[in-house]
Amino acid sequence: MRRYSAFAIAREAARYHTGWERAWRSPQPKKKYDVIIVGAGGHGLATAFYLGKNFGITNVAIIEKGWLGGGNTGRNTTIIRSNYLQDPSAAIYEKARSLYETMSQDLNYNVMFSPRGVIMLAQTQSEIRGYERTAHANALQGVKTEFIGPERVKELVPIINIDGPRYPVLGGLWQERGGTGRHDAVAWGYARACSDMGMDIIQKCEVTGVRQADGKVTGVDTTKGPIDCDKLGLVVAGNSGDLANMAGFRLPMESVALQALVSEPIKPCMDVVVMANTVHGYMSQSDKGEMVIGGGTDGFNNYTQRGSFHHIEETVRALCETFPIVSRLKMLRQWGGIVDVTGDRSPVIGKTPLGNCFINAGWGTGGFKAIPGGGWATAELIAKGEPGPLSAEFGMDRFIEGRFIDESVAAGVAH
Amino acid sequence: MLTLQCPYCGVHAEETELHAEGEAHLKRFGPGSSDDEFETYLFMRENPKGVHFERWRHASGCGKFFHAARSTTTLEVFGTYSAQTLEPPQDIKDKISAKYPGWSWRDFS
Repeated sequence: MRRYSAFAIAREAARYHTGWERAWRSPQPKKKYDVIIVGAGGHGLATAFYLGKNFGITNVAIIEKGWLGGGNTGRNTTIIRSNYLQDPSAAIYEKARSLYETMSQDLNYNVMFSPRGVIMLAQTQSEIRGYERTAHANALQGVKTEFIGPERVKELVPIINIDGPRYPVLGGLWQERGGTGRHDAVAWGYARACSDMGMDIIQKCEVTGVRQADGKVTGVDTTKGPIDCDKLGLVVAGNSGDLANMAGFRLPMESVALQALVSEPIKPCMDVVVMANTVHGYMSQSDKGEMVIGGGTDGFNNYTQRGSFHHIEETVRALCETFPIVSRLKMLRQWGGIVDVTGDRSPVIGKTPLGNCFINAGWGTGGFKAIPGGGWATAELIAKGEPGPLSAEFGMDRFIEGRFIDESVAAGVAH
Repeated sequence: MLTLQCPYCGVHAEETELHAEGEAHLKRFGPGSSDDEFETYLFMRENPKGVHFERWRHASGCGKFFHAARSTTTLEVFGTYSAQTLEPPQDIKDKISAKYPGWSWRDFS
């Protein structure tokens, strides 16, 4: 792999950009791999990357039914934060956030991580109490957050209306080191690094069956033929339920649609990420100037990557109330992704009923921010066969034991 | 926009008038049940890609719970039926079979 650098740009400029090589290879699948990862999204590629980087396992295939990074990795609102209430969540999301800080250097790929700060608005008395509690919990967890008053919110976000008629802004939970990243670049950067380590990224190759013998996985059937493996990792977000059905076990998850939209580009007006959980909308401004807006999930199971229109209406209504200038913006694009939501709104990283098959799923509406941490933990799980400290609490057995990591209560709706 | 006909009051209600209440025909477990039974009842879900049976409530209407048979891949509605039953009615199952021969959902097919 030729490294990207200022020198490389100068060199290519001098020869009409004829020397750029493809960022990753597109090989035909081999007969057998040590590890197959199903799903070339952020978490799948990060898992493969850390398998190679931390454990030296490079005979790995990452197979993807569409194109890499074309699922939720390319459909989210790119928010990165780690201000969670529960200890296991704070640990894995903070690990991810800290890895984002050096990701561009680690991957030699500009992921445009922008630690611009994230505010979660408190607009009810219970939210004030909840976020003060989270700020204290974060202090104990070593995650730097702070509860700020409405004047400070207005200072950070001049376009906000803190005296809204329904829900005035009463304060906010401020994480200065949170921010945004370039979602596609995260997938592309990991893919390039994986390919460089000799891993095979096989796109447009759908898994149609999971082959088993004696309670263990022996390989997968795909649209490009059967491929054998010693270990299998399922990292397919919204399609986890479908893949689990193929493998013959059930998951404590349901797949629903989550939508986002962007406005026309406007001049810079907001340099932080704002989340308003009570009225249910969140917004940041991209480097192109578009306002990137996210809202709520639908209530019913759905695999179509299309959501219900009334959720867009609710989100936009909430944002018009909180940011009056939004009412005059035209919206450019709107899209949906399928997220897999667990009973306690926390992910599953752990073993499955099949001995050598592991799963990373259930990130629900908040998977992008966790990509490096989730990949790190899943790689450790697959390499050692047992969960490491980051994923120990995230096993599926927590639903039998009642040992929940209950972020549905702690984080409110958006998470 | 998803529209379901309430089998009780007959109204063709669009989804803002309804509330999705999750998977239908769950087997409920109470005191004295095992951990596995509670896990199955409370958390494990079919989450099928295709034919699915759900509970809905006509929340901003007659307020009653009912069942719906729907496809999660096309959003097609096969029909709605009373909540006072343990199994979808035959005519709805026939309608699904006509479109998706060989379908199955838990013990139904």
